[in-house]
Amino acid sequence: MQVGVIDYVIIGIYFVFVLGIGFSLKRQIVHSEDFFLSGRSIPSWITGLAFLSANLGAIEVMGMAANGAEYGIMTAHFYWVGAIPAMLFLAVFMMPFYYGSRVRSVPEYLKLRFNEPTRALNAISFALMTVLMSGINMYAMAIVFKLLLNWSMTASILVSAGVVLAYTVLGGLTSSIYNEVLQFFLIVFGLLPIAIIGLANIGGWDGMLQHLPSGFGHLWSLAGTTKNPMGIDWLGLVSGLGFVLSFGYWCTDFLVIQRALAAKDLSAAQRTPLIAAFPKIFFPVLTVIPGMLALAVIPGLGSSDPSLSYNMAMPLLLAKYYPSGMLGVGLTAMLASFMSGMAGNITAFNTVWTYDIYQSYLAPNKSDDHYLWMGRLATALGIIISIATAYLVMGFPSIMDYMQMIFSFFNAPLFATFLLGMFWKRTTPWAAFWGLVIGTLTAVVHCALTNYGVFSYPSMMAGNFWRSTIAWSTNFVLTILLSFVTKPKPEAELAGLVYGMPAELPLIVQPWYQRPKLLAGVLLMMTVVINVVLW
Amino acid sequence: MLDLRLPIGLLFIIIGTILTVYGFAVPTQTVVSGSAINLNITWGSLMGLFGLCMSLLAYRSRRSG
Repeated sequence: MQVGVIDYVIIGIYFVFVLGIGFSLKRQIVHSEDFFLSGRSIPSWITGLAFLSANLGAIEVMGMAANGAEYGIMTAHFYWVGAIPAMLFLAVFMMPFYYGSRVRSVPEYLKLRFNEPTRALNAISFALMTVLMSGINMYAMAIVFKLLLNWSMTASILVSAGVVLAYTVLGGLTSSIYNEVLQFFLIVFGLLPIAIIGLANIGGWDGMLQHLPSGFGHLWSLAGTTKNPMGIDWLGLVSGLGFVLSFGYWCTDFLVIQRALAAKDLSAAQRTPLIAAFPKIFFPVLTVIPGMLALAVIPGLGSSDPSLSYNMAMPLLLAKYYPSGMLGVGLTAMLASFMSGMAGNITAFNTVWTYDIYQSYLAPNKSDDHYLWMGRLATALGIIISIATAYLVMGFPSIMDYMQMIFSFFNAPLFATFLLGMFWKRTTPWAAFWGLVIGTLTAVVHCALTNYGVFSYPSMMAGNFWRSTIAWSTNFVLTILLSFVTKPKPEAELAGLVYGMPAELPLIVQPWYQRPKLLAGVLLMMTVVINVVLW
Repeated sequence: MLDLRLPIGLLFIIIGTILTVYGFAVPTQTVVSGSAINLNITWGSLMGLFGLCMSLLAYRSRRSG
């Protein structure tokens, strides 16, 4: 690939803008709430696109393209069975409790609803998870830039870490959110031509399918058994991915919830995931379809040669279709995706560390300035730890293995705790705590037994979906059983935290086109139609 | 608070202009569906136009605000 001066100029201009946004927002960071929650003042179109973009990291851009090449359009189940229904559920049913209780973080909700130990457990596991995930983005960027630009791994990691550190320390969550929106538009403009050019040249959707293994063009018609590209039947798909993994991620992960908590009111917070869901429905065009195209047009993709691994599907397409100039835009799009993923994790980490660990257990009753200082320090420390985890990821065979393992340990069982906590007032604090501990341990034990060959699955993805379902079910059943033998919280303490126990919230009159249930209904219909069309 | 549409608009105008000018200076053809197009000019103009729309929206809201 020929990368010219023009491509470096475009990448350089992008760096100037992301740092400029950080500098221009620095003056507005006065209190810790400005730094961690953007002063709860951001309009919903910005929080919505940031909600989307914080996820649009390495996993989505490189991982979904890689999966598209490996499993075909069934990869889009991550969107149309997974993400969209979960985002709608979050907006309509869960956001009123998160935003309405005025909590500053997801672990803080667990403290109000249950007890301190449940909060501490979640805060520590979440802090650990975010730095592990942030490392993935650095690592992914490093392998792309090593292969495409011949940068050393260490140089790529240090440059990206330095830029993200600068703009998040300067402008806190607002800077991260603003940059995520800028990055969202760059990603769309940088990657969209790939699908357009690729499909036009290969003879459209049908032309592409002729170059791919059979079954790559169907979502459901081969899901009656495990004899399909993904090796999983409809039950495993719907329970593992559609329910546990997706709802576990989208409805409980503070990385995404934090964007909605920065919204200016409850109505804007509810619209945040809905605004994100409209573009999200079409994202397979930017990620999964290019992966399928890569398999059709790049000979040897998926071979043992590291430069032809499935993870390289997207960068190889950039090299194939883009001339110098556009290549700079495409590379900037990838850089933007990795940086938004990294910054999203780091801003979630610094908030949970400062509010839920440092302020709660290590240094309570300090001044607001002190916590603001700690937030900035935590940002720097989080990035340094992420650099270490980036090197840890290098020991794993693929990014997706690493990430799915982390999610099945932490997010899958946690969703059972939230579901019961928000919708069943009898759920007791200690039942929630022990349910979560045992659920997480179940996932760890299941993973170990699978590695030792006690359980076997047709694909790693199938094993991961089933592990999540088992961990979730263990937590769900155990929490219910323990709730009958332990002491519940007094009802007076549950107002605004549990379904049927409403808090006193100001009534906001919304125009019909902003009503969450209506928007969610429209999105659900669109999702159903896509599933039927690509059956 | 900074109107986010302003930096987005400016960035897209700058990148769009650079791409378009570069596309004229160093013409490279990309084959799309059998016909050759200059991707830098086509996509650069689109990006510039998007940047212009964003800037106009920011300018309009500043005037009305």
